[in-house]
Amino acid sequence: MKPAPFQYVAPESVEETVALLRDHGADGKLLAGGQSLVPLLNMRLARPSVIIDLNRVRGLDYIRQENGEIAIGAMTRQRAAERSAVVARRLPLLADALPLVGHLQIRTRGTVGGSIAHADPSAELPAVLAALDGTVIVRGSGGTRRLGAREFFISYLTTALRPDELLVEVRFPAHEQHGTAFLEVARRHGDYALVGVGALVTLAGDICAQARLAFTGVGPVPVRIQDAEAVVTGKAVTDGTLAQLRKVVTHQIDPTGDIHASAEYRKEVAGVLAQRALRAATERAKMKQMGTR
Amino acid sequence: MTTRYFGERIRRNEDPRLLTGAGTFVDDVAPPNLLHAALLRSPHAHARVRRVDTTQAKALAGVVAVYTYADLPPSLQEPLPRLIPHPALVHHKTQYALAYDKVRYVGEPVAFVVATSRYVAEDALDLIEVEYDPLPPVVTLEQAAQPEAPLLHEDAGTNVCAHYTQHMGNVDEAFARAAHVFTERFVIDRGTAAPMECRGVVAEWDPRLRQLMVWDSTQAPIPIRNGLARLLSLAQANVRVIAPDVGGGFGPKIMMFYPEEVLVPYAAMQLGRPVKWIEDRRENFAAMNHEREQIHDAAIAVDQDGHILGVKTVFLYDSGAYIPYGIIVPIVASTTLPGPYKIPNYRCEFRAVFTNKTIVSPYRGAGRPHGVFVMERLMDRVARELGIDRMEVRRRNFIQPHEFPYDVGLIYQDNAPLIYDSGNYPATLDAALQKIGYDGWAQERTRHRAAGRCVGLGVACYVEGSGIGPYEGCRVTVEPSGKVHAATSVGTQGQGHFTSFAQIIADALTVPVEDIVITTGDSGAFGWGTGTFASRAAVVAGNAVHLAAQAVREKALVVAGTKLEARVQDLMLEDGRVSVRGTPARSMTLAEIAVAANPLRGTIPEAWEQPGLEASRYFAPPRGTFPNGVHAAIIEVDIETGMLKVLKYVVVHDCGRIINPMILEGQIRGGVAQGLGGAFYEKLVYDESGQLLTQTFMDYLLPTAMEVPEVEVVHLETPSPLNPLGVKGAGEAGVIPVPALVAQALDDALLDFGIRITEMPLSPNRLLEIIRQAKANGPSPLPHPLPKGEGPPP
Repeated sequence: MKPAPFQYVAPESVEETVALLRDHGADGKLLAGGQSLVPLLNMRLARPSVIIDLNRVRGLDYIRQENGEIAIGAMTRQRAAERSAVVARRLPLLADALPLVGHLQIRTRGTVGGSIAHADPSAELPAVLAALDGTVIVRGSGGTRRLGAREFFISYLTTALRPDELLVEVRFPAHEQHGTAFLEVARRHGDYALVGVGALVTLAGDICAQARLAFTGVGPVPVRIQDAEAVVTGKAVTDGTLAQLRKVVTHQIDPTGDIHASAEYRKEVAGVLAQRALRAATERAKMKQMGTR
Repeated sequence: MTTRYFGERIRRNEDPRLLTGAGTFVDDVAPPNLLHAALLRSPHAHARVRRVDTTQAKALAGVVAVYTYADLPPSLQEPLPRLIPHPALVHHKTQYALAYDKVRYVGEPVAFVVATSRYVAEDALDLIEVEYDPLPPVVTLEQAAQPEAPLLHEDAGTNVCAHYTQHMGNVDEAFARAAHVFTERFVIDRGTAAPMECRGVVAEWDPRLRQLMVWDSTQAPIPIRNGLARLLSLAQANVRVIAPDVGGGFGPKIMMFYPEEVLVPYAAMQLGRPVKWIEDRRENFAAMNHEREQIHDAAIAVDQDGHILGVKTVFLYDSGAYIPYGIIVPIVASTTLPGPYKIPNYRCEFRAVFTNKTIVSPYRGAGRPHGVFVMERLMDRVARELGIDRMEVRRRNFIQPHEFPYDVGLIYQDNAPLIYDSGNYPATLDAALQKIGYDGWAQERTRHRAAGRCVGLGVACYVEGSGIGPYEGCRVTVEPSGKVHAATSVGTQGQGHFTSFAQIIADALTVPVEDIVITTGDSGAFGWGTGTFASRAAVVAGNAVHLAAQAVREKALVVAGTKLEARVQDLMLEDGRVSVRGTPARSMTLAEIAVAANPLRGTIPEAWEQPGLEASRYFAPPRGTFPNGVHAAIIEVDIETGMLKVLKYVVVHDCGRIINPMILEGQIRGGVAQGLGGAFYEKLVYDESGQLLTQTFMDYLLPTAMEVPEVEVVHLETPSPLNPLGVKGAGEAGVIPVPALVAQALDDALLDFGIRITEMPLSPNRLLEIIRQAKANGPSPLPHPLPKGEGPPP
């Protein structure tokens, strides 16, 4: 388990990185926290000829509040985000999801931007971005682009990033007034979940004004189900609506099976988790309502 | 005697060293000028090897040598040695060091590269061209046993390498007259030991000393030394094998030989430079021996009160592609099955079959979990069908305390009669039931159910064969400084031998544990022994240590008697000092005696027999000792996701006299963790082409500290009459009954659905399938057990 030979470069600025990407194109691979890439290298499943190490690039490690959005620099460690008061207060769904990302040691190395750019559909952070309809900022030789979650995630480990582009920032809409929950079923604590779901609920009185659900592990990208969200939107969240939600999710979701869980298991459990997460998010939204009254 | 160490919770002597990263594992051994090896392994489960071309690999800068079968000397072109022959094992096939003609499992070594670094060695593997003709693979046990199945070893003419039956009494007659007969199929799937340290070998040939030094992460350094000497045509005196700190063995490291264990020393000698091979995790999954896969068709015959009249099982045992270690595992499964129960008529019959999968040899439990699973499941079945409390049915069949020694009527793995030496099975069960809160559990379960929770209680009993022969030895020396050195050849893989053996010596010589230095697993320090396996180190080596220390004590008295001009019976040893009773001023310390016993001039009195304050002794037990135990747990099932949570876990354990309760509890808790792994997390998955799909820790799931519950341990002590210390083995106690226990707890938790667990390991996915199936089948055909609650009878 030693990697095939590669060339190593460690740029110090975004501009330098973009230039390197332009030079090396698809032969170059960006190294952020290394929690996915390094095992792939060691198993020789990935054999890039050039590793471009982002760990010395300046100006990619920050958490800023800007116009109702929280901008997180791509190289911000997941652990730093987890410990951020801004994230805890203004991005409760991200705060719910971060402790579920691997283990503490992994989050200490792993970066927010790395997880999003790696686009593993079983990972939590892409699902958070999808649930919140967040955006990413990418920089390439053609300039800067802003992409929504829906356009960014294309398929398994595949994004709209061009070979010469670098993800520099992730922007999550602040949602401190909403109720959230991130639930998952993982074989063990810290494993990629068999199924996970991030839920966001906005209450208007007793009525669910808006519901968002994004699933992990059940498709090639983080999965949103409009019909499922519609089931609860505009209604009181009761056992009846939740049962209906579960039915729609189980019916519409189309996962594939693997050695850990069959497609059928994932369908069934996605419904169960949707129900549980929406109930939990609604409870928290109610608590917040009470707190603001 | 001022301080007594035996039985105390002494902190481990080895821990400061291990916890500060100062241990010496094979990978820490780095002689100058070291070369690194890597192996090309078969990507096919079954294929003919047409051609191996190493030209390009040899040309790569940094590559020093590339070996294929054709490059090996004649002694290494033979199949590797066969261990533990048995008359029933008619096709005792072992693999070649490097594939000859055919490969028979994914991971089988095909070529061996030595280079200046492991990186270069792995680059060279990419450049070796091998032409394979794939052959149809035999993957499942049942497929392998079919007469028309493709053959792994054509000359054998069959994939069935052994067919063996043991029986006692008249099983057919017992089944014919029984009030009830229950038959069931039980399936246990593959797992692997996954030690924290994978395998590894470093070898160095010293031409000046004419010595081959081998550091090997093995459980059996002496047999490795002996075998290497033969394979490499060296005198044993010219080979030294050290098993240094070993990061977990659990059985697979008792194998000999793995191909790497001969290839690395051979290359080191041939190249005149030290060579290191460290197995990486991906290799370990495919190339270190597996275990566990068995399919049992079992039946139990009982009278109307649940007394056992007879038990029989017919099972298939998966040996993998070769069977170097013989049929120990299925014999252990067969002979563990009767457990703590009186079974007047019993028949066990197995067929060991070759499949195109990694070789199987013992892994912690080594067939015991299988036997216990089958027997405990059958007992649960009897209880449920007859409406008898599941613990009462066990009590009615227990061997009673006055019935020891109890001859089970079978031949055990050591070819000796299976005779339980001692035990108190009813007391063990009572203690466990009391600790888990069995009384009133039925009401408690109902309360949980009313609150929407599915919570079950499981209890499983077992008897563990341990401490078998043939022998181990120890040499104890008191040095002139007063420090005591003990050397034994059993290797240590974390069992705490540096402490437990020191405790035994400390009591004999009345010296502090800290003054005792222990050497284990170094053929240069002590050259006789067989190894650490079958829960035997404390029993066999421990008693050898005891005998040697007692001999040194006697020698100290004799030498002091000469020097102090006193009769031995007038002397006493206390606090490391021999003195004349009544005249404490006339005394000598052990250090002074050690100096006196080794004079530079003068004579050695005949009574001293030999110079020095030193003795070597061996312990060779006539047969094994039999610890027993009961595990009990309360487990909650999330029936919507299939996830489990262990709410309480209790082990009541009797392994005779306890040397160090803290070390023992560590053994048991670690075993429970591995047992839970085998019940719900760990499973090696092969696809239909024989590819191993679980080759990383992302796919092969070891339970972590987050999944393993607190384990309460209760000790009982029924001494073994078979050895001076009265000890029994404890290495496998933690793991053995866990699958049986989890199965019973799940049946109990899911009583409303009438499920019955007959397979291991499970997973959330499988558990939901079972629940779904049970729901679809409607109410269980089995009668609802225990209408009046499940407490033990008054």
